[in-house]
Order: sequence, then C-alpha cells, then structure tokens
Amino acid sequence: MTDENWNPKIIAIICNWCSYAGADLAGGARIQYPPDVRAIRVMCTGRVDPLFIMKAFQDGADGMLISGCHFGDCHYLEGNYKCAKRMFLVKTLLKNIGLNDKRLRMTFVSASEGAKWGEVMEDVVKTVKELGPSPIKKYQR
Amino acid sequence: MADTKEESRIGVFICHCGTNIAGSLSIEDVKKYAETLDGVVVADDYQYMCSTPGQSKIIDAIKEHNLNGVVVAACSPRLHEPTFRTATEEGGLNKFRFEMANIRDQNSWVHMHDWEGATEKAKDQVLIAVAKCRMLEDLQPKSVPVEHAALVLGAGIGGMQAALDLASAGIKTYLVEKLPTVGGRMSQLDKTFPTLDCSQCILTPKMVDVGRHPNIELRTYTEVEKVEGYIGNFTITLRKKARGVLDPTEAEARGYVGGGCNGCGDCAEVCPVIKPNPFEMGMAPRKAIYIYHAQVMPLLYTIDFDSCVKCGLCVDACGPEKRAIDLESVDTFEEIKVGTCILAIGYDYIPIEEKREWGYKQFDNVITGLEFERLICASGPTTGHLIRPSDGQTPMKVGFVLCAGSRDNTGGVAKPYCSRFCCMYCLKHAHQIMEKIPGAVPYLFYMDIRAFGKMYEEFYYRVQSEGAKFIRGRVANILEDPTTKNLTVYTEDTLLGRPVAMEMDMVVLAAAVQPKADAEKIRQMFGVSKSQDGWLLEAHPKLNPCGTTTAGIYLAGVCQGPKDIPDTVAQAEGAASAASIPIHTGEVQLEPYFAQCNEEICAGCGMCLNQCPYGALALVEKNGRTVMEVTEAKCKGCGTCGGFCPGGAIKMQHFTSPQICAQIDAFLLKGEDY
Ligand SMILES: Cc1cc2nc3c(=O)[nH]c(=O)nc-3n(C[C@H](O)[C@H](O)[C@H](O)COP(=O)(O)OP(=O)(O)OC[C@H]3O[C@@H](n4cnc5c(N)ncnc54)[C@H](O)[C@@H]3O)c2cc1C
Ligand code: SF4
Ligand code: SF4
Ligand code: FES
Repeated sequence: MTDENWNPKIIAIICNWCSYAGADLAGGARIQYPPDVRAIRVMCTGRVDPLFIMKAFQDGADGMLISGCHFGDCHYLEGNYKCAKRMFLVKTLLKNIGLNDKRLRMTFVSASEGAKWGEVMEDVVKTVKELGPSPIKKYQR
Repeated sequence: MADTKEESRIGVFICHCGTNIAGSLSIEDVKKYAETLDGVVVADDYQYMCSTPGQSKIIDAIKEHNLNGVVVAACSPRLHEPTFRTATEEGGLNKFRFEMANIRDQNSWVHMHDWEGATEKAKDQVLIAVAKCRMLEDLQPKSVPVEHAALVLGAGIGGMQAALDLASAGIKTYLVEKLPTVGGRMSQLDKTFPTLDCSQCILTPKMVDVGRHPNIELRTYTEVEKVEGYIGNFTITLRKKARGVLDPTEAEARGYVGGGCNGCGDCAEVCPVIKPNPFEMGMAPRKAIYIYHAQVMPLLYTIDFDSCVKCGLCVDACGPEKRAIDLESVDTFEEIKVGTCILAIGYDYIPIEEKREWGYKQFDNVITGLEFERLICASGPTTGHLIRPSDGQTPMKVGFVLCAGSRDNTGGVAKPYCSRFCCMYCLKHAHQIMEKIPGAVPYLFYMDIRAFGKMYEEFYYRVQSEGAKFIRGRVANILEDPTTKNLTVYTEDTLLGRPVAMEMDMVVLAAAVQPKADAEKIRQMFGVSKSQDGWLLEAHPKLNPCGTTTAGIYLAGVCQGPKDIPDTVAQAEGAASAASIPIHTGEVQLEPYFAQCNEEICAGCGMCLNQCPYGALALVEKNGRTVMEVTEAKCKGCGTCGGFCPGGAIKMQHFTSPQICAQIDAFLLKGEDY
C-alpha cells in the first residue's frame, strides 16, 4: 500500500538532556537523514504520558519515537526507566487495537551520539515506510 | 490562562543564520506559511536573529503589535533560548511567553540536499511552536540562595589549582581526595617538559599551600558517597575511609593532648607486612602502615586494612605519648553543603598488558612511561639510576613505542584518540637518557610527533640534535631473547618503506590513557554526561569547555580529556572562575518547571508518590480530603509524576499536557478536527 510519494507522519518526543542534545550534535556534524520526523522537546522522557502516544495515533500518526538518555544517565536519575516501563503497557494497548507495535519505538541516544541519532532517524522512517500508512486513518470521519 | 481568556497575538521570527538555514530551505515559504497560522499577527525574517538588530526586531514587534507570544525559528533552544527569552522580556513580556523552532541543527544542517523536505519540515516546526506558544503562561523563575562553599573532587594538579583559586577568592572549599595524599600523577613525574623543571619542586609548594590555606577543608583518603540537590544547594555525603592513624587534632579530640601522628615512621619500621608501593608503580616496597613518599600532604601514615594483620607492633612502636594508631578505626561519614562542584579526577593508563604484541608484563625489560618516570627520578626506587629490571644493567639502547594503544582503531583496550602528552614525555625521556647515560641512544618509534604547545616544537628540535633516533612506523610486535633478555622491535619504517627489526636493551611503552575506573560512578552521581570516548562531557566543546550540562558542576584536567599540565592548570583556573560566579552572585534562578497538583481532580490515590526520584510528593489532608502536595524546593521538574498520574491531576508547568497535545494535534491535524 506504500506509494513512492507517501511521506509518513512521525512524531518524536525527546528529552532535553540527551536525545535533543544528540540531535543537535548530528546537526553540528552535518549528518544527513530523512526529514519525516517532527520532534517535541520535553525535559525528560519521564514526562511522556501514555495519553500523548494514544492521542498521536488517534490523530493518525504513522509512527512515534520516544528517545531519552541511556539507563543510568537520566538527568533526573530514573525518568527513562519509568518511561520504558510505560512503553510496554502502551505497546500492548496498540496491539489490542490492531496497530503494529513497531510503529512505536523507544531509543536511547546520548548527548555525544550524533551519528547514532542519524541512524535512529533512518531506521524509524524506514520501519514506518515499510508498515505503510496507519490503518487508523481509514476509520476517521 | 492563555488558552481561554486572551486572544493569541503571536510574532514569528525566522532566522537565515547567514546561509546556514537560508541555503537549505525557503525562508520566504516558511514566513508566508507562518502568516496564515491561527494567532499569528506578524511574521518576519532576518539574517541573524541573535544579533542586536535581530533582537530589536522582536522587542519592537512586541510593542508595535501588542504581542503576547514570540516564536523564533532558528538554531537550538539549547544555544539561544536564553538570548531570545531576554529579548522577549525586554519587549515587556514575561520571558516564558517564548518558544523556539529548531530549524537549523535539526533541519537545515541535516537535510542539506532536500530543499522541499526541509521547507515542509520547517513549516511544521513553526506550526508546532506556534501551537505551544498559544498556550504558554506567565511564569516566575524561582530564585534560590547559593551556599557559600564549593567542592573540588580529586587533588591532582588540576584539583589543587582549582581549590587554591576558589579559596583565595574567599570561598570555603572542600578538597576531597581518595588517596592518602594530594598531588596526583604529577607527583610521580621526575621532570616536566619542555622546560625540564623538577616536578616535585614546582608541585610541593602547591601541596603545602592546599594543606594550610585557611579556606581549604582538605579531606584525604575520602570518597563521595552520595550527591543530592542542585546548583546552589548540593548536599554531599563523604565517606572518610578508616585510616587507622589519628592526626594531632583527632588525637586531641580523644584527649591525647600533644598526641597524633607526626610522620616519624617508627611504625612502618616494625610493621612485618610488605606490599608493593603503587606510587612507585610497584617497583618498591611499602609496609601495611605506610606513606607513599616523603613529601606526602598531609604527612600522616595510613594503614592498609586489607593487608594489616593487626599484630599491634606499630601501636607499641608509636608509643604512649603519640597514641596515633587505632587499629579498630572505621569509616566515618560527613555531610557537607556546597553551592558548586568541580570534578578533577584525572586518568589511568589502559591495561597495556592486554596488547600482547608489545609484551608488557611478559618481558621484564618492557616498562611503561610512568615506570620510567620513577626509575629516572632521584627519589625513586633506584635513586635515579635507570636500570633494566631483568639484570640491573644500565640500558644503552632504549626503544620508545609512541601511541601505544592511542590513535588505534583496532578495538579492545585500544583508543581511537590521541593521548596528547605521550609524544612530549617520550621526547623528555629521550633527553633524560642522553643526559644521564653517556653514549646511550634513545630510539623513538612514532607515527607523528605532536609537539603542539608553546616551546614544544623547539624542544623536539633540541632532542633531535642531541642524537635521538626517530623511526616512523607503528610497532608491530616485540620479542625477547630469553637469554640476554634483550628485546627486538619489529616495525615498518614508513619513510624508507621497508620492514625493520632492531634490538633494544629496554623498551618504554607510552601507553594510552583512559578515564578512571570509577569515573562512570562519579559521573552518574553528579549527573554529568560522557563523551563517546568515555571522558566527562563538557557543556560545549568550544564555548563552555569547563562547564557541564548540569548547572553547578564543572570539570578540570584530564578527566575531561587528555591534556598536559599547562592545559590542566588553565582549565582548572577557568573552572574555578566559573564555579565561583554563582557563589559570589549569591543566588541562582531556577527554571520554574515545577509540578503542581490540581486538587479538584486529584483522587488522593498516592500512586504518583514513588514516581518521583526526589521524594517531592506527599499526601496531605486538605478541606477534609486527601490530596497530593508538591514540595517545590525538592521538585526538579522532570515531569515523571505528570506523565504518570492516571487522572491527569498533575500540571507540569511549561510542559503541560494540553500544550503537548496541542503540539501533536497541530502537526497531525493541521487545524482540521478529523
Ligand atoms: C609518564 C607521564 C609523563 C608525563 N609528563 C608530563 C610532563 O612532563 N609535562 C606535562 O605537562 N604533563 C605530563 N604528563 C601529564 C600529566 O600527568 C597530567 O597532565 C596531569 O597529571 C593531569 O592532572 P589532573 O589533576 O587532571 O589528574 P591526576 O594527576 O590524575 O589527578 C587526579 C586526582 O584525583 C584523584 N581521584 C581520582 N578519582 C577520585 C575519586 N573518585 N574521588 C576522589 N579523588 C579521586 C586521584 O587520586 C588523583 O589524585 C605526563 C603523564 C604521564 C603518564
Ligand atoms: S598492626 Fe598492621 S600496620 Fe601495625 S604493624 Fe601490624 S600489620 Fe603493620
Ligand atoms: S516533576 Fe514530579 S516527579 Fe519530577 S521532580 Fe517534580 S515532583 Fe518529582
Ligand atoms: S533526562 Fe533524558 S531521559 Fe530523563
């Protein structure tokens, strides 16, 4: 169902201290990656309410990325653990409503991993493109 | 509240950043698009928004259009949010009425060859920023007083210099060192390049100064156990390790007036336990009760309880007047309060023995640079006579393997980076050999000689003209002749383009350096990130090399990356200056991203309580109901509680759920409600 010109809609919620800094570093190093992801900055991935994710998919997002610090590196000690735990719950929910849970991804990119951020971007876009547009769009009025 | 009561009047300002942004996407399209957005009353663009004229555009527009929100699409908020917040404030708005769209670092720089894609993304980024801006609220930054004291962790040359500067600026400074003495690696060195001053001669006065400065609280044989709090108000728990020996003050506290250790060493004379002395790189013995060397600061013996057999001989030798030895002493804890901290924990060698091809720890006459320092030093185990460990003979041909494990991408223990000081210390060692042993020839096997500092290249010429031999090529392997214990060094001379094998009496490995083993633990305790190579990460590689991304924590010396003594001292002075600013200002402003409880919605379930890593949440009784209450002084604003509350009763200021949902909706629905 994927056509060549289809650009997936992907939202990333990323933490200020690691992944956002890593994404900035990718810029400084001029690492090139596809432009499909739109990032929202929060202070810590602990802020990510499962509601945000469900809301995005309800609105028709094709994919979502949550990215924070590596375990042990969270600026607030353990926000990323708390967030990662919630991800299991949300992934189950997604499956229950018939969405492929690969549309939701959590990654850990530190402030010094610009190149890794580029790889994550490539990979997330590729995965979502392979899955095609979100089926939820069909059910929208 | 912005969302209901007042009509949004937002100004959008798009920066070209020269061609950094304007060269990769259409500023004009983005501006036209911004003008169409709900709540936007003016959109403008400029070459450099961060410049004075750029900022004036914001200030003027706020007044002219009576704006209540400002969006700047430019670089990263991590760089310029403070700049534009100040401009917003100068225009007469609350500074939290500002939102930034990162169309440079996260757009034009990473989509340089996709004009359409980048332009579309920039439009969406502006759309998302405007959506948030419409819902921003006035907030008041929280000012907190700053403790008039600082912590410096690690008392090598870096830590000592930082502590002396802070203390001389009138700040009470805790200098914490985990070994029994201050001094660090520099105290193990014989001479220092390129001037060849004797290391101890220039170091000892500083060691003495840190010991007697009235503003320095020296804590040796002490480690950090726990770190709590934030800039201005760190509470740090120190573990003073059981030392077994009382200093005169501690003795007096026990009523032994005039007692305590005076450094006479009578105890060590009688102690029956013999161990290698790590200060001498294990090449000289020490007892279970020991000092590392004669110039230790403080001059105070220490018992190594791991090897002490508690025979009590030292207690008797010490005698009833001094009564300095307490074989039952235990670790003690101390809580200190400081406003800022400097980490200066230095470095170690990589385990160079794991590079089997060079034979360290297999062949007696392969040593490291630090072992060479001790062997050539007059106060070292051989009183300065360079000898071969295998037979005590004076070596006449000494090979130096430069970049031993540095600039090496083969993985394992090897490091891709340059360790920076090895070239120069090998030149220094070469000079010392030729000076001390007439007729001896040093052979330096090198990839490049990096003599980058002031008077360094000149020193290189000098060592060349003195007769040192340079062979350009990475050493492939070293083999030992089992009878003579001589070593054959195999390499390719890349300048002659042919393989060479040369017999040496001794080989010195300029091993790569790496972060301290416990750097990882320290880093996590203080909330500091690490670079890809493991060294502690500075806030900005060029513009903030002494700071970290955690406010109030600064870095000095090799723990941030390999550097020699001049650079370590310079960074230490920079870190001390940076660390003294909040202390002298007396207060810091914290961003008011606190959690707040909406008591009407809160069900009092208490499930959020253990989400908070700082214990900022509690259940309280209010008007006959149980509700959650946030202690603002403890909340650091991570939002973990807000991300969890099933009822949505927790409001995270500046990152509220309605704001984040508005950002999501803006992008996905583009103003339609599906
Ligand atoms: C063989 C050799 C020769 C050299 N020769 C020269 C030279 O001639 N000229 C020159 O400019 N440079 C030279 N250098 C480099 C020099 O050693 C460093 O630049 C300098 O020592 C860096 O100082 P520092 O304070 O950053 O680290 P260090 O000297 O390593 O000091 C760090 C201190 O922190 C303490 N510490 C570590 N962890 C903790 C902890 N968790 N808690 C508390 N304390 C802790 C350590 O015990 C130590 O005392 C040489 C290096 C080598 C290996
Ligand atoms: S008690 Fe311990 S330190 Fe003292 S002499 Fe005996 S072994 Fe040495
Ligand atoms: S935001 Fe919530 S979880 Fe985070 S520190 Fe504040 S009260 Fe604790
Ligand atoms: S701050 Fe990055 S995940 Fe918590």
